[in-house]
Amino acid sequence: MTSNSFQLGGTGFGNDKAPSTGSGEGDFTNDPASSGFFSENFKRHEDLKAMLDGNKDNLKLDAMKRIIGMVAKGKDASDLFPAVVKNVVSKNLEVKKLVYVYLTRYAEEQQDLALLSISTFQRALKDPNQLIRASALRVLSSIRVLMISPIMMLAIKEAVMDMSPYVRKTAAHAIPKLYSLDPESKEQLVEVIEKLLGDKTTLVAGSAIQAFEEVCPERIDLIHKNYRKLCNLLVDVEEWGQVVIVGMMTRYARTQFVSPNQEGAGEDGKNFYESEEDEDEKEETEENEDEPKKKPYIMDSDHRLLLRQTKPLLNSRNAAVVMSVAQLYHHCAPKSEVGVVAKALIRLLRGHKEVQYIVLSNIATMTVARRDMFEAYLKSFYIRSSDPTHIKLLKLEILTSLATETNISVILRELQTYVTSTDKEFAAATIQAIGRCASNIAEITDTCLSGLVHLMSNRDESVVAESVVVIKKLLQMQSTGKGRKTTTEHKDIITHMAKMVDEITVPMARASILWLIGEYSERVPKIAPDVLRKMAKSFIDEEDIVKLQILNLAAKMCITNSKQTRLLCQYVFNLAKYDQNYDIRDRSRFLRQLILPAEKGPLAKHAKKILLASKPAPVLQSKFEDRDQYQLGTLSHILNNKTTGYKDLPEWPEEAPDPSVRNVEIPVPEVTTKKSERKKATKDKSFYSESESSSEDEDSDEESDDSDEDEESEEESEEESDDEDESEEEDESEDSDIPQKNNAPPKQSAPKKAPKVEKSESEEEESSSEEESSSEESEEEKPPPKSKASKKKPAKETKAANQNNTDLLLDIDLFGSSNGVTSSGGTQGSILTPSMASAMSNLTISGASSTSSSNFVQPMNIPLKSYDLLNRMTGNGLGITYKFTRTISVFSPKMVSIELTLTNHGESPLSGIKVGKKTLQPGMEIQDFPEIASLGTGASTSVLMAINFNDTTQPAKFEICTLEQTFKVSITAPVGELLQPHTMGLQDFTQQQGKLKGMTENTGKVTLPKEKSDAKSVVTNVLTVANMLQVPSSESDTVYRFAAKTMSEGVLVLVSVSVNEESANIVVNCEKMVIGTMLLKDLKSLLAKS
Amino acid sequence: MINSLFIINSSGDVFMEKHWKSVIHKSICDYFFEEQGKAGSPEDVPPVIATPHHYLLNIYRNQLYFVAVVTTEVPPLFVIEFLHRIFDTFEDYFTECSETTLKEHFVIVYELLDEMLDNGFPLAVESNILKELIRPPNFLRTITDTVTGKNTGVSATLPTGQLSNVPWRRTGVKYTNNEAYFDVIEEIDAIIDKQGNTVIAEVQGYIDCLIKLSGMPDLTLSFINPRLLDDISFHPCVRYKRWESEKVLSFVPPDGNFRLISYHIGANNMVAVPLYIRHNIQYREGSGGRFEVTIGPKQTMGKVVENISLEVPFPKSVLNLTLTPSQGKYTFDPVGKILTWDVGRMDPTKLPSIKGNISLQSGHPIPESNPTINMNFSISQMAISGIKVNRLDMYGEKYKPFKGVKYMTRAGKFQFRT
Repeated sequence: MTSNSFQLGGTGFGNDKAPSTGSGEGDFTNDPASSGFFSENFKRHEDLKAMLDGNKDNLKLDAMKRIIGMVAKGKDASDLFPAVVKNVVSKNLEVKKLVYVYLTRYAEEQQDLALLSISTFQRALKDPNQLIRASALRVLSSIRVLMISPIMMLAIKEAVMDMSPYVRKTAAHAIPKLYSLDPESKEQLVEVIEKLLGDKTTLVAGSAIQAFEEVCPERIDLIHKNYRKLCNLLVDVEEWGQVVIVGMMTRYARTQFVSPNQEGAGEDGKNFYESEEDEDEKEETEENEDEPKKKPYIMDSDHRLLLRQTKPLLNSRNAAVVMSVAQLYHHCAPKSEVGVVAKALIRLLRGHKEVQYIVLSNIATMTVARRDMFEAYLKSFYIRSSDPTHIKLLKLEILTSLATETNISVILRELQTYVTSTDKEFAAATIQAIGRCASNIAEITDTCLSGLVHLMSNRDESVVAESVVVIKKLLQMQSTGKGRKTTTEHKDIITHMAKMVDEITVPMARASILWLIGEYSERVPKIAPDVLRKMAKSFIDEEDIVKLQILNLAAKMCITNSKQTRLLCQYVFNLAKYDQNYDIRDRSRFLRQLILPAEKGPLAKHAKKILLASKPAPVLQSKFEDRDQYQLGTLSHILNNKTTGYKDLPEWPEEAPDPSVRNVEIPVPEVTTKKSERKKATKDKSFYSESESSSEDEDSDEESDDSDEDEESEEESEEESDDEDESEEEDESEDSDIPQKNNAPPKQSAPKKAPKVEKSESEEEESSSEEESSSEESEEEKPPPKSKASKKKPAKETKAANQNNTDLLLDIDLFGSSNGVTSSGGTQGSILTPSMASAMSNLTISGASSTSSSNFVQPMNIPLKSYDLLNRMTGNGLGITYKFTRTISVFSPKMVSIELTLTNHGESPLSGIKVGKKTLQPGMEIQDFPEIASLGTGASTSVLMAINFNDTTQPAKFEICTLEQTFKVSITAPVGELLQPHTMGLQDFTQQQGKLKGMTENTGKVTLPKEKSDAKSVVTNVLTVANMLQVPSSESDTVYRFAAKTMSEGVLVLVSVSVNEESANIVVNCEKMVIGTMLLKDLKSLLAKS
Repeated sequence: MINSLFIINSSGDVFMEKHWKSVIHKSICDYFFEEQGKAGSPEDVPPVIATPHHYLLNIYRNQLYFVAVVTTEVPPLFVIEFLHRIFDTFEDYFTECSETTLKEHFVIVYELLDEMLDNGFPLAVESNILKELIRPPNFLRTITDTVTGKNTGVSATLPTGQLSNVPWRRTGVKYTNNEAYFDVIEEIDAIIDKQGNTVIAEVQGYIDCLIKLSGMPDLTLSFINPRLLDDISFHPCVRYKRWESEKVLSFVPPDGNFRLISYHIGANNMVAVPLYIRHNIQYREGSGGRFEVTIGPKQTMGKVVENISLEVPFPKSVLNLTLTPSQGKYTFDPVGKILTWDVGRMDPTKLPSIKGNISLQSGHPIPESNPTINMNFSISQMAISGIKVNRLDMYGEKYKPFKGVKYMTRAGKFQFRT
C-alpha cells in the first residue's frame, strides 16, 4: 500500500499536504477504522475544499482526482458538494469532466445545491459543438432531481430534433432516465420515442429501441412503420443495439405473424405487394391471392425479411448478438431453419467460461425440443477435466439429451471416463446421466444396469450411493414398464444390493436398497427377511429416511411373508413408536393399524392392495424440460424463475394482424440529376449505409434521409427541400393508385428486376453514371420477356414485362411524374439507388450476388436438352418437361435456373398449378414458380423455377399440385448443370490447374469417332455436357480448356481435353472429387458417342 | 440495463464501485460472497446470482471479479459480454488488468467506465473512440505527469471518431512508417484418450492485426484456401457481403491492435495432432507409485515444436513426487498438487521423458483414477489447418505499406486422459 500512497502523493504536491497524503492512503487501504481517523478526515476535506476554492487549475485537478478516488472506493464525499459544484463552470476540461462525474453521483443527495449547476448545462445545450451538447444532456439527465424534470423534458425534446445523430442518441438514452425519475411524463416521452424510432441513422436505432423497451414496450404499434427499416438497418447497427433490436423483434414477430410451424394456418392474401423488396415471397403471396380459400401456410414477407436480415449477425464477434439471433430463430423461425444457429452457438463455446455457461444452458433447453440440431456437434460437449463444475454438469445434461440408439455407445464410453473423475459432484451427476440414458433407450438398459452394479463396488461412497439410487429407479421403471417379464432377471442385482447394505453408509442409498427389497421381496424370499432382521437390529442408529424405509419394508414383508416376519415387524413398530421424529411415529402408527389391526377393519383387508400397489415409475427427465416456458437467452431462463420485468413471450396469434400496417408510402420518382448527386453523397459515406438499406423498401425514408445527409453535404439540402414539396404532392396521387396496383399484375416481372439491378452493380462500380447503368439494365430486361413471349406465355405476364420496360424508359426520359406509371417508375428508382450504394459498402443488400457476377459469361449457343418431369399418362393429362436454361437464376446466383414447360393434354382445363410440399436434402432450396391460375386443354405454358442443389446430384423432390391432384416429381441435375461458366486466362488456368493436382485430378481417355474429332464438335460436346466456358488459348494446339465454378459453393472446375488424332485425353480438376469424377464420366460418354 | 459495477479482488475487497443509475450499496456483494464461499474454486462461482431484489452477474478474470448489478430482466450474455469488454479495455489501456494497475489509474478507470455506459447502456465501447476521449497512460507521460501534476488522461481536444462514418477508426491517423501485420494464430483443442486415440480435435483460429496505416486505408485480404473457413466471427469492420460472395476480407481497419476474425474448424474436419505421449502412471498400495511420461512427435509437418510444457493436477492424497526429467525442469506445487514440467524444445532424435516415484499420504485410500495431463506447446511458421493468406491489397491511400504475415500454432485445451 505504500506504493499507492506514493503515487497519490507523488501526483500531488507532497510538501504542503503531508497529512492528506497519509489519509489518501486510507482511501485505498482497508481502513482500520481508528477513531483518530475522523478528525483527520475532517481536516482533509477542509484541505480539499481549499484547493477547490483556489484558482489554480492544477490544485483543483488534484483535489478532484482525490475526490473521485473516494467516490470510486465507495467512500462518502458528499460534504464536499458545495465546493465541487462551483467548479462546474471551470474552463479546464479535465476538471470539468471530473466535476460531472462527481455531480452525477451526488446530485440526488444534495438536490438544492445541484440546482445551482443546471443553468450551466442549459447553456451548454446550445453549444455549437455537438459533443458538448451531448455531454451536457447526459449529465443533466443523470441528475436525479425531480424538480428539474420539466427542464429535462425540454432538453430531450430539443435534442431529438438535433442535427447531430450523436446528440439524438444521447437523447434516446436520456428518455428512460427521465421516465424512471418521473413516470408521469410517459405520454410525452412516447411521442418523443415515436419521433426517434423514425430516425434513419444506425447510431440512433439501438438506443431508440432501448428507450422504447424501457418506457413503452406495449406500444407495438409504433414499430409497424419502422419495422422494415429496422430490419434493413440491423446489420449496420452497433452490436449492443443489435441485441436490443433483435430482442424486440422477437416479441414483435410473435404478435404480428402467425406461427411458421403449423399446417394450413395461412394468412389472408393482403395487399402489400407495394413493398418491392421481397422478390421471392411476393410470388407466394400472389399465389395466395389467387386462391384464397385453400390456405397453406405462407410466411409473411416481413417475417422472412426479419429472418434473412438477422442471419448474418450469427457471424458477429459479440456472443450476446449471436445468442439473441439464436433465440429469435428458436422462437420465430420455421422448424427446418432453426438448424443454422447451431454452428454459431457451438463456436461460442470457445469463449469465456461465463459465456459458456449461458450458452450451454440455452443449448440444454434447445436440445430437449430439437435434439437433431446439435447431434452433429456431440463431440463439442465432451467434458474436459479443466472445466468448472457447473459447465461440466451442463455439458453432461446436453450429452444425455442428445443420446440416441446410434450414438449411445460413444456417449456411454465417454460417461465411463467421467465416472472416475475426482470431482465427486460431477461423478455422481454422471451416474444419474447414465441412468437417464438407460431409461430413455431401452436397448442399453441392461448394459447400463450391469455397469452400475459394477460401480457399486467402487471405493468412493458417493459413487456407490448414487449408483444404488439410479439402479433403484431403473429397476422400478423396468418392472412397471414391461410388466413382470423381467422378474427373474434382476434377482441377482437385488441380491447383490441386499448384500451391500452392510457396507453402504450413505442414507439415501440404504433407503433405496430397502425400498427395493420391500417392493420386490417375493423375488428374493430367502434374503428379504434376513435383511429386515439386520435392520431391526440397527434401527435406532439409522437416519430418519432409512428408518422410514425400514418401516415400509417391515410392513410389506409382514403382508407377503407374515409367518417369518410378523414378530420382527412388531418389534420395529414398537421401536418406531418411541422415536424422536414425529414422522416416524406417525408412520408406525399408521402402518400398525393397517397391518396388525386391533380389530379387523375394512382397511386392513386391503392392506396388500394399498402397500403393494404397482407404483408409477419415476420419470428421469432433463432438468431443462420445464425451462421451455421462458424465452431463451433471458435472465429468467437462466435462473428458471421469473425475474422482475420479464414478460412471457406472447403466443402466436391465430390470425395474422393486418400486415399492411407496415407499409410505408410508395416511392416517389426523383429527378435524375438529383439521383446522381445523391449517389455521390452515398459513395462518400460508403460505410454509413443507413440510407441505402432503409430506402430499399420504403421511400418516404429518402426525404428524411436527406436531412441526415445535410450535415455532410450541404449543397444537397437546398435542392432536396424543393423536391420534398414535389414529392409530397406525388404521394397523394399515388395513394389513389394503390387499388389499381393491386389488380394490375406487375409482380411476375418485379422479382426479376431486383437481382438484375444487383447484377449491374459491378459495372456501376467503375462507371457510376446513372444513365449508363439504367440503360444497361433496360437492355438486360428485354431478352427474357422476348424469349418467354415466343414460348406463348400467358398474355398477362408478357404484358407486365412490357409495362415494366416502358416504366424504365419513362423513368430515364424524365417522364416519371406522369400519373399512370408513377408508382412503378418510382419503384425502380428506389431499388436502383440503394443497391448501387450498397454495392460500394457491400454491407446491406440482401442478395448474395455482387461483383463476382461480372465474371459470368454466357456460353456458346448450345441446344438445351429437355427432360421429362411428369409424363402425361401419370400426370392425368398434365405433362411437364424441364430444361436447364443455363442462365443465372434471378432468384439467387447459387440456384440452377430451370424452365418447366407445362402442357395440358387432358380433357378438362387444369387450374391452380403450383409447387406443393418439398422434401429436400439439407442445404437445398427450391424457388417455386408462380402459381399458374389455369391451363386450358391443349394449352401449354412455361415457367421458371430455380433450385439450389448445393453442389450435389441428389434429386430435389417436390410435389406439383393442381387443384384436384398432387404429383410427386423429382429433378436431378446432371453434374454439368451444377456449374456456371467462369472466365479465365490461360495463365490463370494453368496455375489453378497446378494447384489442383493429385487427388483432385481425374483423367480419362476416350476414342473419338471420326466425325466428331474436329475442334468444333469437341467443344460443342463438352459444352453440351457441362455449362462451362472455353478458355481462350493463343496456341493453335489441340488442347481445349474449359473453366467453371460450381453454383452453390463456387468451387473451381477445370476441364482440359487434348485431342490426338482419334483419341482424346480428358483431365478434370476439381476440389470436390465427386463432381470431378462424375463430370469426367459424363464427358467420356458423350465424346465417345458417335 | 447495468445499474452498478463492483470490482472485487481475490481477498474479497470491493475496491472500486461505479453506479450508472441510483446508488446501490455495496452490501449487495454479500450475496456474492456467500455464493463464493460455497464454490470450491473461483471458477465455480455461478455467473448469475439472484438476490431478492437484484441480480448479480459476474465474471472472473485475472483474480478479479467484476460484479454487475441489474434489477430487471436483461439478456445475461449482454451483461457478461460487456463486462469482458470492460476488462479487455482496461487491459488495452494498462497492458495488464490487475488490482494494482486499476488502483494506480483509478481516475482513468473511472472516466472510462463513465464513457462506456450511459444509463447502463453501452455508449462508446470501441477502443479507437475511447482512446480519443481518454488518452491511455504511457511511460513518458507518467514521468511528465509526475513533474507537472496532471494525469487524468482527458484529452484536451474533443474526438470526432464517434461521428465518423467508420465508427471503429479514429480519424487523422498519421504514421511515418506505414505497417500492417497479421498474425494467424491457431489453437488446437484436443482430447486424447488412454489408448492414444484422438477423441476430439478442433482448431480455433484467430487473425490478430497490428495496423499502423495513415489516413483511411481500405484493405482486402484474400486467402489461398478460403473454403477452410466456414465458421467465422468477424470484427464489425469486415464487410460481410464481400465475404459471402467473394470470400475475401474487405475492411477499413481500426487503428492499432485488434482481432480481425476468429474462426473455428470443427471436429468434423481432420485435425492433425502434432504430439503424442506415452505414459505409465501407477499408484501402489503402501503409499507409493510410479510416474513415467515420454513425449514424441506425431504430425509436426517437419516443424520444430517449442515451448512444450506439461501440467498434471494430482489428487489431494499425493504428497510429493521425485522425478528425473531427461530435459527441462519440473516443479511440484505441494498445495495445489500440480506438477509442471517445462520441456522446452523437442529434439526428435532424443525424445523427452520424465520418470520417478510418487509418494502418497499414508492413511488415505489410493486414488482410483489417473490424472489428466494438460499439454502446452507452440509451433511457429505454421497454421495447422493449412490456411494461408494469399495477398493483401490496399485501396484508398497512395503510399505503399509494409505488410507482414506470421503463422503460429499452439495448444489450446490439449488434454491427455490417462
